[in-house]
Amino acid sequence: MKKSTQVALILLITSLIAFNLFGVQRFPRPEFENGYQQPETILNAPRALFFEYFDLAVLIGSLSLITWLILKKRSRKAVFWVMIFSLLYFGFYRKGCICPVGSLQNVTLALFNPEYSLPINGIAFFIIPLVFTLFFGRTFCAGVCPLGAIQDVFALRPVSLKSWVQSLLGLIPFIYLGLAVLFAATASDFIVCRYDPFVGFFRHNASFMMFAIGGILLFISVFIARPYCRFLCPYGVLLNLVSRFSKKHLTIAPSACISCRLCENSCPFGAIDKPTGAKFKQPSNVLVKKLILYCLIIPFLMAVCGWTASKYYESFAKVNFKVKLATEIMQSKNSESEVIPLEITAFRSSGNSEEVLFEEAKVILNRFYLGNWFLGGFIGLVFGLTLARLTIIPYKTDYTTNKGTCFSCARCVDYCPVKE
Amino acid sequence: MDNKKLNRREFINKGVRIGIGVGIGVIGYELLSRTLSSKTVWQIDPAKCIQCGKCATSCVLEQSAVKCLHVYQMCGYCDLCSGYLRPETKELTTGAENQLCPTSAIERKYIDDPYFEYHINEELCIGCGKCVKGCGAFGNGSLQLQVQHELCVNCNQCAIARECPSEAFSRVPASSPYLLKGFGGK
Repeated sequence: MKKSTQVALILLITSLIAFNLFGVQRFPRPEFENGYQQPETILNAPRALFFEYFDLAVLIGSLSLITWLILKKRSRKAVFWVMIFSLLYFGFYRKGCICPVGSLQNVTLALFNPEYSLPINGIAFFIIPLVFTLFFGRTFCAGVCPLGAIQDVFALRPVSLKSWVQSLLGLIPFIYLGLAVLFAATASDFIVCRYDPFVGFFRHNASFMMFAIGGILLFISVFIARPYCRFLCPYGVLLNLVSRFSKKHLTIAPSACISCRLCENSCPFGAIDKPTGAKFKQPSNVLVKKLILYCLIIPFLMAVCGWTASKYYESFAKVNFKVKLATEIMQSKNSESEVIPLEITAFRSSGNSEEVLFEEAKVILNRFYLGNWFLGGFIGLVFGLTLARLTIIPYKTDYTTNKGTCFSCARCVDYCPVKE
Repeated sequence: MDNKKLNRREFINKGVRIGIGVGIGVIGYELLSRTLSSKTVWQIDPAKCIQCGKCATSCVLEQSAVKCLHVYQMCGYCDLCSGYLRPETKELTTGAENQLCPTSAIERKYIDDPYFEYHINEELCIGCGKCVKGCGAFGNGSLQLQVQHELCVNCNQCAIARECPSEAFSRVPASSPYLLKGFGGK
């Protein structure tokens, strides 16, 4: 054996040992003899867990306080100051995250995807406002939600909307909720957080589009009070439905209504139901006919909407990362283009197999197909019920708050002359 | 008759209320039974990261919460640092035209011939990952992109995670918030 080969061999063996010692390091760390102290990599810890529980305590505290102020004290002024506090704390201090509006997506994701475990705070922020609403009405909306609060302070010149306009625009939150649930359940996207218009103000930092949309909504809220809450908020849909069956709810008059009409225009949200008058007392045979009609129309609407939505499941599914990636890989095989998208490069370097990805994408596509049927059906149902509500007017004699749409802001209370 | 009607309505209301209450309880119980952590934060897995540069632009913050972290234990202290110098530089000096970092966030300090220490100035770092790419390609991979939790506002859905082409972002328990490679003997 030549000397040079021997040296080479020794070098090779030692380098192999060194390689093993230092793992994959190409350039082993030198041994310094001049007393050099290696600096530490500074790893800043995230916000301490204590503060998360503090947030929860603030939520429960402010909800309890505002509920007491609304139902027992009946004081608009006090409600306003709690609202300002929530705006400062949950809005500007906590920067709008974590909020119950977004948490409904986390809950959906956790329910449909067992591998995602939702932290306790996420669960609590979703459930606690619902529980309060079940017992006391939408006191959360009145002054704990930072998104509601920022619009409420701008409600300076509210105009009242026609009830049919309100019902029609009131359909949007249901559609938004349906879409949010669909995209969260398929682990595709959190659209409510993505298009949250006010979070940019809370962070003092956002893209131009976000500021523009938020600014427009705030401008609108000068004239149409709380546009996001009434015509967009998906969590508001849940609170609306739950609040209809609430045990206690804010009443305009503390005792019997004297129908003095003073509160008639006091609600900027159009949530006061006026007395219908005797002429609206429909005979029961007409009501039965209408009921039968709607029993036929609503399933038909559901089927039509479901079928229509199911036609578009593929374009909906493109929102999902895996489906998008699988489609891009399929397309890149057919096209001659030299430019390879980053996603494909990343996927190839990850070493995962295409077959597995295609299988996963197929499962997600099937979920979207089913999900779109449900989404369409849900929208059809909501359309039908809204239609029914517009034609079947319940007979009423008093001015009362609409338990569904009322935010329990207690504005109307100040207008009521009945004080005992 | 009115009284009877009211009673019926109250009865239905009560029934539905109990139903909703039970429903909320079941969902709450179901979720609580699956909960593993009391808090999660977003983090990048350096093993999946391809340094596409989207971290610098997609974050909701003006200056991204993603920063380059230097794991000194893994560093080779090279003179010809592929994370510090641009690949086709004519001179191996610290001149701005030779630096890979667009903001000159990497500070080079002479330690011992021929070794240099590299330090990231986090105030200047924009998280573009150019140095990470260079170090990973020709060096030890001691420079890694990580979410700096002091800066991160922990959005419910991370805007960078949505844009990330390699799905390198994930929610990790707040008790172990960093996923550095080669750290702590790994």
